[in-house]
Amino acid sequence: METFIELSVNGLSNGAILALAALGFVLIYKATGVINFAQGEFLLIAGFVIWFMVVEVGLPWFAAVGVAVLVGIALGLVIERLILRPMVGEPVISVIMVTIGLSAVLAAIVQIIWGTRPRPFPDFIPAGSVELFGATVAENRLWAIGIVAVALVGFTLFYTRSRDGIAMRAVADDQQAALAQGISVRRTFALAWALAGVSAVFGGALVANLVGVSGAISSFGLLVFPVVILGGLDSVPGAVVGGAVIGLLSSYTGGYIGGGLETVIPYIALLAILLVKPYGLFGQVKIERV
Amino acid sequence: MATATGVYHTSYRTDLALRHTRAEYVRLALALGAVVVLPFLVSPYWLTIVNQIGIAAIGAIGLNILVGFTGQISLGQGGFLAVGAYTSGLLAARAGFPFPVDVACAVLATAVMGTLFGLPALRLKGLYLAIATLASQQIILWVVTHWDVVTGGTSALVVPPATLFGWQLSGDMTWYWVIALCAGVATLAATNLMRTGLGRAFVAIRDHDVAAEVIGVDPFRFKLLAFFISSAFVGLAGALTARYNLIVTWERFTLDVSILYLAMIIVGGLGSVSGAIYGAAFMIAVPVWIEELANNLSSLAFLQEDMPAIQQLIFGLTIVLFLVFEPRGLARIWQRMKDYFRLWPFRY
Repeated sequence: METFIELSVNGLSNGAILALAALGFVLIYKATGVINFAQGEFLLIAGFVIWFMVVEVGLPWFAAVGVAVLVGIALGLVIERLILRPMVGEPVISVIMVTIGLSAVLAAIVQIIWGTRPRPFPDFIPAGSVELFGATVAENRLWAIGIVAVALVGFTLFYTRSRDGIAMRAVADDQQAALAQGISVRRTFALAWALAGVSAVFGGALVANLVGVSGAISSFGLLVFPVVILGGLDSVPGAVVGGAVIGLLSSYTGGYIGGGLETVIPYIALLAILLVKPYGLFGQVKIERV
Repeated sequence: MATATGVYHTSYRTDLALRHTRAEYVRLALALGAVVVLPFLVSPYWLTIVNQIGIAAIGAIGLNILVGFTGQISLGQGGFLAVGAYTSGLLAARAGFPFPVDVACAVLATAVMGTLFGLPALRLKGLYLAIATLASQQIILWVVTHWDVVTGGTSALVVPPATLFGWQLSGDMTWYWVIALCAGVATLAATNLMRTGLGRAFVAIRDHDVAAEVIGVDPFRFKLLAFFISSAFVGLAGALTARYNLIVTWERFTLDVSILYLAMIIVGGLGSVSGAIYGAAFMIAVPVWIEELANNLSSLAFLQEDMPAIQQLIFGLTIVLFLVFEPRGLARIWQRMKDYFRLWPFRY
């Protein structure tokens, strides 16, 4: 039972972080139809910027996160304007490859500036452990779940309450109809990339807290795919449910079966979902019979 | 030398011919001549690079059949190369298969495996298919590194040197001819494939799958055939990697390799056989040049430390810049150069 609770909390906290990383991914896909392979590098840059600001510059926490948010927004806007806009109307393969090329560029820039040596991330959430239903559970994992929950509620409110959020959903639904309503599609595309940069700050901080500040952060970018496919590429609640399921699945597999199977089980699940239910649990189904 | 100002066909035979003008025959002769003299002109180190380019060109031609001609995106290239390399290496090292037989088995095994992992293409397309093949890549690589009994896991698999008719194939010079022959056959096969009904069916599926089905092209059958044929080329490339390097390690078949091959066909030109060759040469030779440049120029010595990062930066920039400025790749640039000189001194 204790093992089960420990594994569940570990799985849920990993899943929560995956959900946050997946959120940035879904934001971009939903509004612009672009699949962003550089999401892992967004997390990487956010992690390094926060680490640099806190440890090397000596800024307090909230200021460092503020700087990282600004960097994230700038990054999103520049990438959208310089790289993704010329890609409008190009085939899918080109759009995929341009974000893959981008991920190589971003990872290389981080490596040139800060090198390859992994650094410990300064503790910004307590590192102790607590007793939960008789099991020992690392405190930072519970915090991670909490922070992600707050961030997700924030994004959901943005989507349902704010003018920009509603405009973004309108663009995602039908670009021409949105244009006819006077919504600037270009501005919305830019906003989606900027928001993905912001969500990466929270995701990057939490991933860096778990694995340290190193290139390993960007490997979380690939794990986003099973999550978004399970939940549905264009669904925000789907990202949350997908994150939780994939997190728990690999945690239980690692705990009960082991043998390294936990690293590949998300991809096996991914293939199975694609074959059975390609648009995921909450994704919009597009029926096409060819 | 006369070049045709317009090519007029009076029969289907001439329309389907691979070469139409005398200039094209001259160019073919020049290219063949270059292949013959090349190994005697380059340094021994560059000969190994040329050999790698030859093997990569075979793999890139295969990938281009799938991605460029049929429009099915695959991120599983590294995994399929691994299937080819491990099949050939294991058959040679453990079962003692003679040289061309193990390569043939590897080609067949990879083609079958590629078809199996191509099954999702029957339901998925576009980026969903890209993600499905990404999963295939991760699963194949996981099996390779964890199936210790057969593959030896993460430790390297040593492959015995190949012998052909009692003659040991060793040294870069000997392998150059083997690889050049294989690459030549692969190029010819792919170019010819595109003049057959099969190749046209592939292009029809790429251009519009609904229209293709309406005119009687069965998408299911031809998508799987595209995976089969493409993977056969990739299997050949994988098997040659194993036999040429005499060692098989899993690091050569990661997702980065899949991306490298996609970069080759994008830089070279999607849907162009010669483009795949240009792309393979470009993506393999450029990093080596950069490294040599940094080694030779003492003023650039400070770059040594960051060399892997700089190469990665240039790799990424190459992909992004080609896609933004010349999405049809080197093959298109070459075409424009030919057009310029053919029409010279007129603009058009």
